[in-house]
Amino acid sequence: MYSHLESTSGAVSPQALKKARVQRLQDALFHRGTQFFALSVLFALLGIIISLVINAWPALHEFGPSFFFTEEWDVVNGEFGGLIAIYGTLATSIIALLIAVPLSFGIAVFLTELCPGPLRRPLGTAVELLAAVPSIIYGMFGLFIFAPIFAEYIQPVLAATIGQIPGFGILFRGAFNGIGILCAGLILAMMILPFIASVMRDVFEVVPPVLKESAYGIGCTTWEVVRKIVLPYTKAGVIGGIMLGLGRALGETMAVTFVIGNAHRLSPSLFAPGNSIASTLANEFGEAEFGPHFSSLFALALALFIITFLVLAAAKWLLVSMEKKQGLKT
Amino acid sequence: MSPYRSVAMSIEDEYMKSLLKTALLNGAISIAVVSIATTSAFAADITGAGATFPYPIYAKWAEAYKAKTGSNMNYQSIGSSGGIKQIKAKTVDFGATDNPVKFDDLEKEGLVQFPAIIGGVVPVINVEGVKPGEIKLDGPTLADIFQGTITNWGDKRIAIMNPGVKIPSGDITVVHRADGSGTTAIFTDYLAKTSSLWKDAVGAGPAVKWPAASSVGGKGNEGVAANVSRVKNSVGYVEYAYAKKNKMTFISLKNKDGNFVAPDDLTFAAAAAGTDWSKIPGMGTFITNASGAKSWPITGASFILVYKNPEKKDSAAEVLKFFDFAFKEGKKMAEDLDYVAMPDTTTDYIRKNVWSAVKTK
Repeated sequence: MYSHLESTSGAVSPQALKKARVQRLQDALFHRGTQFFALSVLFALLGIIISLVINAWPALHEFGPSFFFTEEWDVVNGEFGGLIAIYGTLATSIIALLIAVPLSFGIAVFLTELCPGPLRRPLGTAVELLAAVPSIIYGMFGLFIFAPIFAEYIQPVLAATIGQIPGFGILFRGAFNGIGILCAGLILAMMILPFIASVMRDVFEVVPPVLKESAYGIGCTTWEVVRKIVLPYTKAGVIGGIMLGLGRALGETMAVTFVIGNAHRLSPSLFAPGNSIASTLANEFGEAEFGPHFSSLFALALALFIITFLVLAAAKWLLVSMEKKQGLKT
Repeated sequence: MSPYRSVAMSIEDEYMKSLLKTALLNGAISIAVVSIATTSAFAADITGAGATFPYPIYAKWAEAYKAKTGSNMNYQSIGSSGGIKQIKAKTVDFGATDNPVKFDDLEKEGLVQFPAIIGGVVPVINVEGVKPGEIKLDGPTLADIFQGTITNWGDKRIAIMNPGVKIPSGDITVVHRADGSGTTAIFTDYLAKTSSLWKDAVGAGPAVKWPAASSVGGKGNEGVAANVSRVKNSVGYVEYAYAKKNKMTFISLKNKDGNFVAPDDLTFAAAAAGTDWSKIPGMGTFITNASGAKSWPITGASFILVYKNPEKKDSAAEVLKFFDFAFKEGKKMAEDLDYVAMPDTTTDYIRKNVWSAVKTK
C-alpha cells in the first residue's frame, strides 16, 4: 500500500520519517499543553490555599482553633470568632438543600417520565433560564418582594403551626422581620433548584430505554421504575447535581447578603437575622483594617474552603461506598 | 514613540503595578480605574479614593473642574478605610475619609488632613401613621433604642417625649450598616457622647457590635434605606441625602442646647459654625452634639488626606488646586446636592495652616 514511501530493502523513506517526526512532535506538544492546562488548575488551587493560610495565620495564631467555635465578633474590641458565620452558612445551605432536592427530583422525573411531548421542551428551557438569572436579581427579589410577603403571611402561619411544637418549634418563633436565616435558605433553594433539576433531568435522560421499558413491561409503576431502575443507574450524576447546588449555596454571596439580615448574633430561631461566611466577607472586607479583623476574615474564607472540601470529599466517599455495596450484591 | 506617549505609558505602568498591589482589596473597583487610566493620559490628572458619602459632590466638582481647566479628577468611592489604605500605599494622590485620622497617626505617616464638605446623619423610621419629624427623641433615648433596652414604640419613655403624638405600639427592629462605614462612626460617636450606657457597652467606631436583640444589617446607605422601608416598625440611620431622596420618615432630635431640631442644610450649617477647627490638631473631629440653638446633633465632615512631602509634587499641587476651586466655586453645587459647604473662615484656615505644610515644589 505504502510502496511509494518504502524502499525495497524495507527501510522507511526519509519523507515518511519526517512526517512521523512532525506527528510525534505534535503529539508531544499536545500532550504537554493539555497537561499544563490541567496542572495550572492545581497550582491555582495551591496558591489560593497558601495565600489564605498566610493571611489567616495571625488570627488563627491569636485565637487558636477555638476561633471556629467562638461566637464573639467585636470589631471595636478586636475579638473575633467564626461560629456565627459558619453556622449561618451551614444552616442556610441545609435549608436550601432540604427544599430544593425533593422539588428538583420531582421536576426531573416529570420532565423525563411523565411530561407530554410538546410541554417537555418549554418546561426544560424555563428551568434552564432560571439558572441563568444573576444572583443579585434573586437578592433584590428576596428583599423587596419576597421578604415583606414572607413576614406578613408566611411567618405568622409557621409560628402558629410548627412553632407550637415543643422543642422543635423554637426554630420557628421570634419577630416577623421577613429577612433572616430561613428567608436566606428559601431564596437559596430557589437559586440552586434549576441547577439540580437540570442536571437530574440530563442524567435521567441517558438511562437506556430498554431497561425502563422492560421494567414497565413486567408491570412496574412509574415510581418503581424511577426508584429501582433510573435512580440506581444515575446515582453518580444525581449526587453530582446535588453537590453542584450545595457548592453554589455555600458560596453564594450577593443574594444571601440581601436577605440574611447581616447580624452577628447566634439565635436558635430560623426567623432571626444571622450572617454567612460569604456575606460577612462581602460586607466587611473592603473596610477591614489590617490586623486581627483583616486576618479573621481570611480565616473565615479558609473555613469556607475547608467546608467545601469536606462536602466534596463526603460526596466522593458516598459514591465509592455505594459502588462497593453494589459490587457485593451482584 | 513620542515622549508624550511614553509618559502616558509609564503612568499607566505605575497604575498597573499599584493596582496589582491593591487588587486583592478593591478588585472590582480597581478595574474601573484601569479603564479610566487608559482613556485619560494628562499628566495633570489626579486620582482620589475613599469615603462613599461625599462621592456625589466630588464627582460634581470634578465635572465642573474639568470644564474649567481640562484636568480630570478621578474619584473611586471605595469606603473610608479603603481611602486611608490607598493613600498609605501611595496609589492615589489623595485619600478621603469620613472617620478622621488621629493626629498622632497623621504625624507618623507624614500626612495632613482637612475637612472638605459637611453633611448629616439622620435617624429614619418606618412606623405606620407617623409623619416625618413627628417623633422627637433625645440622645440617651435613641441610644437605648439602638441598644435594645427600649424594644417597643409604645414605650413610656418615648411617649413622655411626644405628648399628643399617636404612636402605634410595635416591636422595634434596629437597622444598622453591615459594612464598616464613616456614617456608623459619626452616628455611634453621637450615641457615645450622649449616653454613657452606650459608651460603656458598645463604644464608637466604623463598625460596632450591635447589641439590640432584634436588629438587621444593610450594606451601604441604600441597604439600610431599603431595609427600613421594608421592615415594619424599624429604625435606622442614613446620610441625609438618602433620607431626602427616598422621602423617609426622619426623627427630630434634641440638641445640646435643648431644642428639638429637624435635619436640613440650615441645622447642619449651624452645627458646623459652632465648631472651632483651629483648636483641633489635625482638624480630625466629628461635629456631633455641637452647641448652638439650631445645631443638628449628628453632623460630620468628610476629610481629605494628602502627603506633606508627596512623591508626585505636580499631582499634589493639582489636588490643592482642585479643592481650592471647590471651596471657592463649588458652594452652589454642594447646596444642590444637600451638602453644606465649609464656611469661609474654615477654608481660609485650611489654606493658611494645612496646605502651607504640603511641599508642592
